[in-house]
Amino acid sequence: MEFILTLIYLVASITYILGLKMLGHPKTARKGNLIAAFGMGIAIIGTIFIYPKEVPMMIYVLIGIAILIGTIIGWLVAKKVAMTKMPELVSIFNGMGGASAALIGLIEFHHYQGQTLSIVTILAGLIIGSISFSGSMIAWGKLNGTINKPIRIPKYNIINNLFFIVLVAFAGFIAYQGIDSQLYLYVLFVGALAYGVLFVLPIGGADMPVVISLLNSFTGLAAALGGFLYGNMVMLTGGILVGSAGTILTFAMCDAMNRSLSSVIFGAFGATTSTATDEASRKIKGNIKETTPSDVAILMNYANKVIIIPGYGLAVAQAQHIIHELEELLIKKGVEVKYAIHPVAGRMPGHMNVLLAETNVSYDRLIEMEDINPEFPNTDVVFVVGANDVVNPAAHNDPSSPIYGMPILEAENAKYIVVNKRSMKPGYAGIENELFYNQKTSMLFGDAKDALGKLVSELKNM
Amino acid sequence: MTELIEFITANLQMIYIVILMIFVGVEIIGHVPAVLHTPLMSGANAIHGVVVVGAILVMLGSEPDNILALSLGFVAVLLGTLNVVGGFVVTDRMLEMFKKKK
Repeated sequence: MEFILTLIYLVASITYILGLKMLGHPKTARKGNLIAAFGMGIAIIGTIFIYPKEVPMMIYVLIGIAILIGTIIGWLVAKKVAMTKMPELVSIFNGMGGASAALIGLIEFHHYQGQTLSIVTILAGLIIGSISFSGSMIAWGKLNGTINKPIRIPKYNIINNLFFIVLVAFAGFIAYQGIDSQLYLYVLFVGALAYGVLFVLPIGGADMPVVISLLNSFTGLAAALGGFLYGNMVMLTGGILVGSAGTILTFAMCDAMNRSLSSVIFGAFGATTSTATDEASRKIKGNIKETTPSDVAILMNYANKVIIIPGYGLAVAQAQHIIHELEELLIKKGVEVKYAIHPVAGRMPGHMNVLLAETNVSYDRLIEMEDINPEFPNTDVVFVVGANDVVNPAAHNDPSSPIYGMPILEAENAKYIVVNKRSMKPGYAGIENELFYNQKTSMLFGDAKDALGKLVSELKNM
Repeated sequence: MTELIEFITANLQMIYIVILMIFVGVEIIGHVPAVLHTPLMSGANAIHGVVVVGAILVMLGSEPDNILALSLGFVAVLLGTLNVVGGFVVTDRMLEMFKKKK
């Protein structure tokens, strides 16, 4: 029987590799996900039913109930949640995995006394899982706006690093001395939770995708440590795979924003930023020009080419359907319409693609940054909907700006720029945008859904 | 030192797997378009839910009268399942939206 379980684990490991590989290509992505899910299913079922020792029925029932509850909640939440909330959800699920790994460590600590290396594995899993859990919860709070400002205690870098060193030293002490103390164990657990909070709190909301990706690979590592402890191959392969793939993904995301991982974690958006922001906002001179839906309608009606730049504001306002309507209307009127997708527009890479795909916007109208930037000079109207930092020229010409060096959509090169925003509030990075003060720019204030609705009905009457 | 050597000899197979898997993970992600970063992260997120296997093993190995271990294990299995099921379903939902237009 145990041979069958080994075989199942082997198959499951292969499905993870295959699944992840297929997730990397648009055509095979969905199938890849299902294949990995299948592998996970057989691994779980095999683990439960092919266990070498006699187990009381009561425990099977408990496991069944736990899986049932987890499945129902997980399924419902994942199915019901709005498209805009998905990044938050990924963060929560990641935290759950981390918590699960941490709990395993809490339970197993006592059982492996005397085996130093096993204890090291357990404590490492406990620490990493706990950091992943509490960090993910903070990331979740930041993404949904509950915690909306980076919170920094003075010298937080030094304090955080010291804290971490103390934590690891304490764990090392427990393992090396072979102390079987539940008190010490729980102190370590709480300490690791606290570190997760300290780790994520100072990082700005705009960088949360990177943080989640990093914590994702942490959880993978925690799972792998569990695999090491039990000599369980499927946990080992799955965990290491996610750990390494997650790390590479984290770097890829940083690349897309032209930031380094250390500047994300140790804060290029640091304390100096706030003073730089004050200066920058004072520096911007000029007036903003407000416009009306009917003026914008006229402008677009007689344009040859319109490029839409969507941002998080579009997602928040749930305006993806109405913007598709606008697009279709303009196309019917003979206007060329494209969407310019910044790799980090929204709250996660690919967020805008997912959102617009929901409303059946054609794939080939979604143009990535490198391909669309040369097109702006011969574009009549750029329509910025709920985006801000990704079109901020400060990234090009203000070395003191915290986003300096980030590649942007060069909207300023178009003939006219129309910006839809709710107010003049700065964007996620918390900095002013001189594009709004540009001579060619006019502002269409209001909720995206509202403003676009008016714009569409004006256009229909033309 | 001898302990370390013993450890390496005893776990050689696992050490091989770890090293190879690290490279596989790096290779797989290679050049993924930015569009797919989010679903990929979400899919990977679901896969590390494999930690639920460990949680199940904890419960299977618990003494029936060890209430603390059983309740912590129960929560661990529940949370791990949430991670797995929620992770795969949400990834599928993201990808479903990509597919419609083809």
